[in-house]
Amino acid sequence: MSLLEITSLRTEFSTRLGLLPAVDDVSLQVQPGEILGLVGESGSGKSVTGFSIMGLIDAPGKITQGSILFEGQELVGASEESLRQLRGDRLAMIFQDPMMTLNPVLRVDTQMIETLQAHRSMSAEQARARCREVLVQVGIASPDERLKQYPHQFSGGMRQRVAIAIALLLRPALIIADEPTTALDVTVQGQILFEMQRLTRETGTALIWITHDLAVVAGLAQRVAVMYAGRIVESGPVEQVLNAPLHPYTRGLLDSVPANNARGQRLHQIPGMTPSLVNRPKGCAFRNRCSFAGEDCAVDPPVRAFADQRLVRCVRPLLEAKP
Amino acid sequence: MNASSTAAPLAQDTPWRQFVRDFSQSRIALFGLALLVIVLLLAVFAPWLAPQNPYDLAKLDLMDSRLPPGSESMLGSTFVLGTDGMGRDMFSAILYGLRVSLMVGVISGAIALALGAGLGVSAAFFGGRYEQILMRIVDIQLGFPAILVALILIAVLGPGIEKVIIALITVQWAYYARTARSAALVERNKEYMEAARGLGLPTWRVLLKHLVPNTLPPLLVVGTVQVAHAIALEATLSFLGLGLPITEPSLGLLIANGYEYMLSGKYWISVYPGVALLLTIVAINLVGDQLRDVLNPRLAR
Repeated sequence: MSLLEITSLRTEFSTRLGLLPAVDDVSLQVQPGEILGLVGESGSGKSVTGFSIMGLIDAPGKITQGSILFEGQELVGASEESLRQLRGDRLAMIFQDPMMTLNPVLRVDTQMIETLQAHRSMSAEQARARCREVLVQVGIASPDERLKQYPHQFSGGMRQRVAIAIALLLRPALIIADEPTTALDVTVQGQILFEMQRLTRETGTALIWITHDLAVVAGLAQRVAVMYAGRIVESGPVEQVLNAPLHPYTRGLLDSVPANNARGQRLHQIPGMTPSLVNRPKGCAFRNRCSFAGEDCAVDPPVRAFADQRLVRCVRPLLEAKP
Repeated sequence: MNASSTAAPLAQDTPWRQFVRDFSQSRIALFGLALLVIVLLLAVFAPWLAPQNPYDLAKLDLMDSRLPPGSESMLGSTFVLGTDGMGRDMFSAILYGLRVSLMVGVISGAIALALGAGLGVSAAFFGGRYEQILMRIVDIQLGFPAILVALILIAVLGPGIEKVIIALITVQWAYYARTARSAALVERNKEYMEAARGLGLPTWRVLLKHLVPNTLPPLLVVGTVQVAHAIALEATLSFLGLGLPITEPSLGLLIANGYEYMLSGKYWISVYPGVALLLTIVAINLVGDQLRDVLNPRLAR
């Protein structure tokens, strides 16, 4: 059984311009211990997907369709209290900006211990011991001193380590990481990625890594799902998807990585802009920017399955791979 | 650059120590703080510092009335600041008056802060109709001049120290509620609030431990200014004869008592309590100003 099984999830935001389907007909599975990379541009709905799983969608947003099964429990429509018990315990989240996710006026130990005590009845001493253990796990030296400090006394990378430590505190089954390394410099990013890979291996925690950075996904994840305009356009094992993309959008993303360019050559970019979610054109949302598009793209493309458990939402997949 | 990253090199500093250092940057604020501490000490220790108990009618001698500053009494002691129409030592009366004024200001300020902050933060946190109704009440309340509301309340409730405090709370809570709500609205949308919810902390804990402490800095600033306002307002009410009873004279009442002698050249009966009131309010405002500069992230250097 999958750890997480999302079926045709739809999360809408009601705005003055009308209903915005930030996430539309998204289905994905995560196996225990698996690392899934969720890739897409800004506004493609990847973060909203993450927040939907956590049950942290606030008004004016709302999950209007679909189901999220986590460890066999339905999360859509679950009571706030049952979601609260799940959050931080079986399901944890790491946020983008480590400068912002720790409360500036509380000491690190206060923030860690309160998390533990919100879910387990344990003494402050037991809790402190667990905090120390996790801080060492994420590579923070002298945890006893660090526990007594305030967030502003940590560097960005250290803060993100603390945030990861807090996520790991209760040994969750799934961690959703929302671009946790975007705000860090590359060397720190490398360290954090390495630690995360090691930690998921050691603890058996599954990980959904939300990012726009394909290089990160290539190095970290086992499977990848590419989102565009609120939908998953392609998913499958990392190697196959990144080496032989089936969806023109994935190909476009890969071509846009400057490293794939010959020196002196013009950098590649996908023409056009992400479509507005308010009145999304009928049919494939990518077709106005797609160089492979034709008449038949005006109908909603069905999801097609290919070898190696690959799924593509395209009428005209790039068929180097066999159907 | 935000404040936290500029503070990074001073890694071993607690927020409190950093706050003390920032606060001491201004000499005028330190002067205000010193003045405030002196005023507070004088008020707290008034019964031991005052040469005379101004409320003990047996100690008063009508022969000593309206003596100018520096005169000697019938019994040989000196009236540093003169005496009033009852033969009361003005210095003692001012110390006792200061005590009453400060007590009324601080107590009403503290209760109004707790009440207003609680309502304001909860309005921001829960939102919806509750917030709408509450904030409209605040708008209406702030639409009336404070002195008018206080006068009407005192007229309805009658005189007495607790009635004055109730009136001052009624006048002030709306300021705190509005400030607390706007501060909480800003903090509520910060990522650490989302993170706290993401950790599955109980709602009351997110509210009390995460939201409230982060809304305190602007409330502290408003608090100091409001306490000064409350003291001035109480003095006004007493001056108009509507505030505290004559048995518990505050600075305002002392000023009112000397008012009739002003034109006959006996200035000290009104002027010295006035000076005491002025110094107290100036001291509080100086401290409040510096607090605003230190605690406002937008003004951070």
